[in-house]
Amino acid sequence: MADTTSPLRRRFATTLLAFGALAAAAILLAPLVGSTSISLSKAFDRSQPFADNVDAQIFFVARLPRVVAAALVGGGLSLAGVVFQALLRNPLASPDTLGVSAGASLGAMLAITFHANFSFFGISAVPLASFAGSIGALAIVYALSTARQRGTSTMVLLLAGVTLTALLSAVVRFVQYLADFTETFQTMRWMMGSLDVASYAPLLAALVPMAVACAGFAFLPRVLDLISIGAESAAARGVDVVRAERMALVSASLAVGAAVSLGGPVAFVGIIVPHLVRLIVGADHRLVLPASALFGGAFLIGCDLVARTVFAPLELPVGIVTAIIGGPIFLWLLFRRA
Amino acid sequence: MATVPSRLTSRVGTTLLAALICSAAVTSYRAAGARAPSLDAPTASRHSGTDATSSLQAATRATPLPRRIVSLIPATTEMLFAMGAGNRLVGVSNYDRFPPAVDRVPRVGGLLDPNVERLLSLKPDLVLVYETQSDLKQQLTRAGIPMFLYVHRGLADITQTMRTLGERVGAKAESEAAARRIEDQLAAVKARVAGRPRPRTLLVFGRESGALSQVNASGGYGFLHDLLELAGGLDVLSDMNRQSVQLSTEMILTRAPDVIIELRYGDSLKRDDLAAERRAWNAVASVPAVKNNRVYLLGGDEFVVPGPRIVLAAEQFARTLHPEVYR
Repeated sequence: MADTTSPLRRRFATTLLAFGALAAAAILLAPLVGSTSISLSKAFDRSQPFADNVDAQIFFVARLPRVVAAALVGGGLSLAGVVFQALLRNPLASPDTLGVSAGASLGAMLAITFHANFSFFGISAVPLASFAGSIGALAIVYALSTARQRGTSTMVLLLAGVTLTALLSAVVRFVQYLADFTETFQTMRWMMGSLDVASYAPLLAALVPMAVACAGFAFLPRVLDLISIGAESAAARGVDVVRAERMALVSASLAVGAAVSLGGPVAFVGIIVPHLVRLIVGADHRLVLPASALFGGAFLIGCDLVARTVFAPLELPVGIVTAIIGGPIFLWLLFRRA
Repeated sequence: MATVPSRLTSRVGTTLLAALICSAAVTSYRAAGARAPSLDAPTASRHSGTDATSSLQAATRATPLPRRIVSLIPATTEMLFAMGAGNRLVGVSNYDRFPPAVDRVPRVGGLLDPNVERLLSLKPDLVLVYETQSDLKQQLTRAGIPMFLYVHRGLADITQTMRTLGERVGAKAESEAAARRIEDQLAAVKARVAGRPRPRTLLVFGRESGALSQVNASGGYGFLHDLLELAGGLDVLSDMNRQSVQLSTEMILTRAPDVIIELRYGDSLKRDDLAAERRAWNAVASVPAVKNNRVYLLGGDEFVVPGPRIVLAAEQFARTLHPEVYR
């Protein structure tokens, strides 16, 4: 390909560097701010035992895992959004489109309603069940997409996803209907998303499927560029479209499952960040994919910062902040360009 | 609903959601400056000025003593039993499970899904309705069935409501005696812990099991908050002025409570599970309650239903906060 000339490569490098700097700044600065003011020198003072050092506990237990969770969830959902939008050739596609998110919600709902209290390597029941739910939904989507040897048309896949989402959401509501009011309240709250994980075990657990997903994404940029133009032209250029689609599907769904089980179905990030990034960097997936991951992470860190400080000591559910902040920004960018 | 495990449907959870639903109303009511704690439900309904209310008052004058009562709220069911009018109940909510005698009374749905057809078929001459059940109120008005409107508020309102309800069902003396007994018992608990240092307490209503996340706690308002303070505790979230608060890890660390009391609803946990649930708090090791091993898990319906059994809840709080007094 002729587009690897040096000016282009330089543009890639500067763009990614800028996005990387944004994400790094977010990760480094966000833990410094919170509903209470802490002393950093005290937080890093090793002479006091960690269990007695309130500043250190606030920094390392309350804030840092939360910021990292925001980075992982925001990055994962944004990557999945990019992949689904390209794969389904639909600008409205989002991480929830194929029902993976609804599957994760159903898993969480069941765990909350039936008071599941199993755990596995320090991961509690609700995230475990939620990840299992997303894998279940992914298995259904995959089975549907491979039902025909020659691949499934994106239209069919999209409709199947919408149907699966509706079906799973109905089951979620059914479970909620049977539940006690206290459980209903808890599930309602879970659906709004929360990144306050208060430990590192869930982060490590989410990193595993995320890493697998990212390995899958690494193969995708060129393929997605071609597929988003059209499956026929992609096939004409020698892309094994069916295989590429399946790989994209599985990696994106894994990322969604990991993100949702970590932070709940945080609304809006997965649909808005890919568009924002495309408005800034253009449509080349070699840029859009990494830039979306970085920008999505920074965006969610920022939204969570607002969620935990603006009404301090009260907190807002982060899913509400993403929509309230993201919506107007997106509309402004959209109409400014138009 | 017949196939549903009965433990799901029979659990008494009405009160909490009801409290959440009307917390906005309560807040605005308080904002209006009406902080007087003794406020009975029918008086409150007069503010809203609904048609149901005026016809209710008309009906109140017209009907003789109610003989066939339906109660849609566990708290009022328990109050009726406490004043010896339980035998006049012909229908109760799906969430009622105390006293055991309610098991013989037909069920007519819950707060959000009352079965109106079933309710009417019982030919009630008085229905105890939650203030926010507006559809039901309209239907009952149309059917010409008298209502008693009820809403959860603070601790002092519980005995006040008992008296009003007693007057309405013609058990004035009995309700007065029952209310007085509760007030005396509460006063005894209060006197017992009087003068003791009051530990700064975090009262947790719920969280994700096995993890310190989605922590929901008392925010300094409502009957559980009142009971906690009566039993000699200081609510660490008093300044929030809310029925319940979603609490971040950072807030738990900052407020650093001396005691954490966690209420568990539903099935009682096994010993191992209890230990595991208590261990979840170890994530916030600098909190005095965790450091000094003063995290307690309490369970029981008396923490959910703001009825006559609040005395038990008060005693449990007092024993937990001041074990030395109960030795």
